[in-house]
Amino acid sequence: MTMSAETRHAAAARVTCEDLVVFLNACFCCTGQREFYSDGHAQTVSIEFLHDYIRGNYRRLYARTLAAGVNHFNRARIVTELLASSRDLDPVERRDEGRLVVAALRSLPAPRAYRALLAVRARGVNNRRARAIVRDYLSSRPDLQFDAIKYRGKLRDLILHTHLRLPDELGGFLFKGWKQRRYRTPLLETFRQAHFSDEALYELPFTVAEGMAARRKIDRAVFLRRIAPRLTALERLRLQAAAAREGVDALAIDLARAGLTRVAIYLLSLPPVERRERRAELQAALDGAARRCLREAPLALGRVAAVLDRSYSTTGSPDKPRRSLAVALGVDALLRAASAEYMSFWTPAIEDPLMAGPRGQTDLAGPLLDALEARPDLVVIVSDGFDNDPTGGAGEVCRVFKARLDPAGRTTIVHINPVFDAPELGPRRLGPGVPTLGLRDAEDLPTALAFARFAAGDLSLADLEDYLARRVDVFLRRADVAPLEGEA
Amino acid sequence: MKFDETSQGLGLRGLQIAAAQAVGAVRLVPLLKEHVREDLRLGTHAFGDERPRAVGVRGQADRPDVAYCSYLPHAYVLRWSSDGTAVAARGAALSDKQLGLRDVGGVRVLHRMIRQEGPGALRFLPLHLAMEGFLSLHFGGPDVAWSEYSRQALSHGLSPRRESAVLGSYVHGLEDAVRMFEIHERQVGALVFVADALAAMVVFPHPDDYRALHRSLVRDFFGELVYQYAILYDDVPAHRVAVREAEIADLAGLRAAVARARADWAEFSGDMAGRVLREPLRWQTLRQVGPFRLRRFMSALRPDEDNHIGEAIVRDSGELEYCKTFRLSAAQVRRAYLLEKLAQNLWDLARTAEALGVEVPALLVRLLNAGFGYLLKEHVLKNLPTGTV
Repeated sequence: MTMSAETRHAAAARVTCEDLVVFLNACFCCTGQREFYSDGHAQTVSIEFLHDYIRGNYRRLYARTLAAGVNHFNRARIVTELLASSRDLDPVERRDEGRLVVAALRSLPAPRAYRALLAVRARGVNNRRARAIVRDYLSSRPDLQFDAIKYRGKLRDLILHTHLRLPDELGGFLFKGWKQRRYRTPLLETFRQAHFSDEALYELPFTVAEGMAARRKIDRAVFLRRIAPRLTALERLRLQAAAAREGVDALAIDLARAGLTRVAIYLLSLPPVERRERRAELQAALDGAARRCLREAPLALGRVAAVLDRSYSTTGSPDKPRRSLAVALGVDALLRAASAEYMSFWTPAIEDPLMAGPRGQTDLAGPLLDALEARPDLVVIVSDGFDNDPTGGAGEVCRVFKARLDPAGRTTIVHINPVFDAPELGPRRLGPGVPTLGLRDAEDLPTALAFARFAAGDLSLADLEDYLARRVDVFLRRADVAPLEGEA
Repeated sequence: MKFDETSQGLGLRGLQIAAAQAVGAVRLVPLLKEHVREDLRLGTHAFGDERPRAVGVRGQADRPDVAYCSYLPHAYVLRWSSDGTAVAARGAALSDKQLGLRDVGGVRVLHRMIRQEGPGALRFLPLHLAMEGFLSLHFGGPDVAWSEYSRQALSHGLSPRRESAVLGSYVHGLEDAVRMFEIHERQVGALVFVADALAAMVVFPHPDDYRALHRSLVRDFFGELVYQYAILYDDVPAHRVAVREAEIADLAGLRAAVARARADWAEFSGDMAGRVLREPLRWQTLRQVGPFRLRRFMSALRPDEDNHIGEAIVRDSGELEYCKTFRLSAAQVRRAYLLEKLAQNLWDLARTAEALGVEVPALLVRLLNAGFGYLLKEHVLKNLPTGTV
């Protein structure tokens, strides 16, 4: 069969658009970690295939997805892929990619950025471009001395690979061993002293001091109490259980500053009794986090109903304990703050969402019908897509509702899925009629909702390119990098 | 094993079937209890080590030396009250001594299949109760000393009689399916299908007992066919809801259609387990405690259909409180079927052959193939035609 050039072109554009939507959706939620329904290996194989496929076929767009709000794991992965294969690029493309990569590295947390660059080393790639990017990244670090202490091994390996010159005493510190000399730089000198003096130990970052304390057999409770002032906000959250076990009460956390999903995860880690006692405080923290989140990414919605899954599968895995449930809780708080009128329907039903635990079967059809009866403008379903009571009930309700009861499309239904389903190469769908969006952090809900129209398949490749171009502009501006040249 | 009653299946009085959950080739169908009562609870006592255990069997006064040997991962401890007051589940609280565990020559010996542990508590060995009944079927051997039977068969009966089964964790995909299963709020049991063949039915007295014992499903044993099906089949089609959109006019109609689909699938799941739930079963009562009867059963043996054995606790009102079934493999059915036919015809080979519609040599071949050669004298088995069944 022969096809005219236009038809072929249109078909190619459609396929490109669909592939890219699948890829972006996967990149919103997949972290390569074990999930409830699939193991870590299946996840890794699945996401690696997607990266290879998209990079091989649509390299230009692949680079631009860095700006689309994909999660840290995938952003780092894209950086590595781009740096490790650049032989056949023309100079303009190479420059544009470079800018995106630089911006992406600056947007990543330091350990992830270092790991992404070290992955390039593991691929056996060392060229002028990679070295220039590493040089740029290191010069953009606010405090390289601090990095040399906290990420000592990573920085050392990176320098070993790229042969870059380090300022001041850093070169000697990393390569000649700290025992050989005294340092003029205060932080390096503290690190040296910490090997001998307790006082100096507590001046170091927590992760560094922790190892030394263990080697020196310092009592855990004493250590936690004295290192408390040096802890970062995330470390504080993470160490709550350990501190409680050791009887240390100095690790006060400021819930008013933590991110939405973090607050939800922390809340779910508490036993029911404590949750009941601190109910008002926790609710305020959750609402505060939602409001803060909306201040950064505004979202104004009308009449909204949410169907939220707290079934047993939201237990997640040892790698991501209760993450799906935390995302549901976060989305609940975020939608309550963002909409004029809000109703939530949990499955299985629960009176107080703050007391929710992962338990019971997934019946999405019933709560979805309840939600639709309220005639909202937007219905958000947060679930891992394994709808088993009855199987496929929610997808069927959505399909029939759209076809028979709401042909004009007054009500929009969106399915938010925090779980990457490895065999499906994306978040598991409820049915063909409902757009499914991957989501790792509840904070990214505005981004996900903006992407919903692409996931629904209503928009073309040109629209998608437009969308990406706009995101790229913002992304580069935020990272203080010059705009792309190839956009014309 | 002597049967004292025949009934039309286990039935599902007091239980509801809920929506099936399928993972790979395994489909688990939850059974929910309509009215949860507190007067019967089941706890588990796990035996830590993996040494084989012998169980001294009582009830055969003429044969005190009969022992039942198997891998026994755990015992169940039943607690009940006759007046309907609540009792607590108690399992691991019992010491080895209380459970009657002794070490004899490296084999740990339990005393009796069912044992009273003080007032209101009963220890028994799940599934082994049913399997012991199956093995003891016509265990005494020929009642009439026909000349064809060997001296061994006449003096010791079928002893030693043995059957094999597969541990649940060796059934491919069962462990994953059990892990990923989402337990319902009032769930007390499950129908286990492997490649849509009924592998087992499990019911416990209380939802909390089920929640505690759900994972122990992989420590039960399963028939050979179940093991093979699990390897041969990758997955089973999900019981998906389908609504005819032309019939839907409003949301209430849609809700009703979903409810109808759910009910249809539940009924279908019940039909898939029809052999245990509706077809005739033969029962033997083992123990009566308060208003509860502990019994074991066997389906009418038909070599061309699936056959199940099991044990159950039934309340006086007919509600099923506890149940576990085991699907016999084809070879096991054949063996039991031959024994039953022989017993019906007073172990006369000629009459049995006539009842089965075959010649005597063909019957002998069937006995030999079924593993009962040791019952017959050597010269009887000589010069048998090959290939006839």
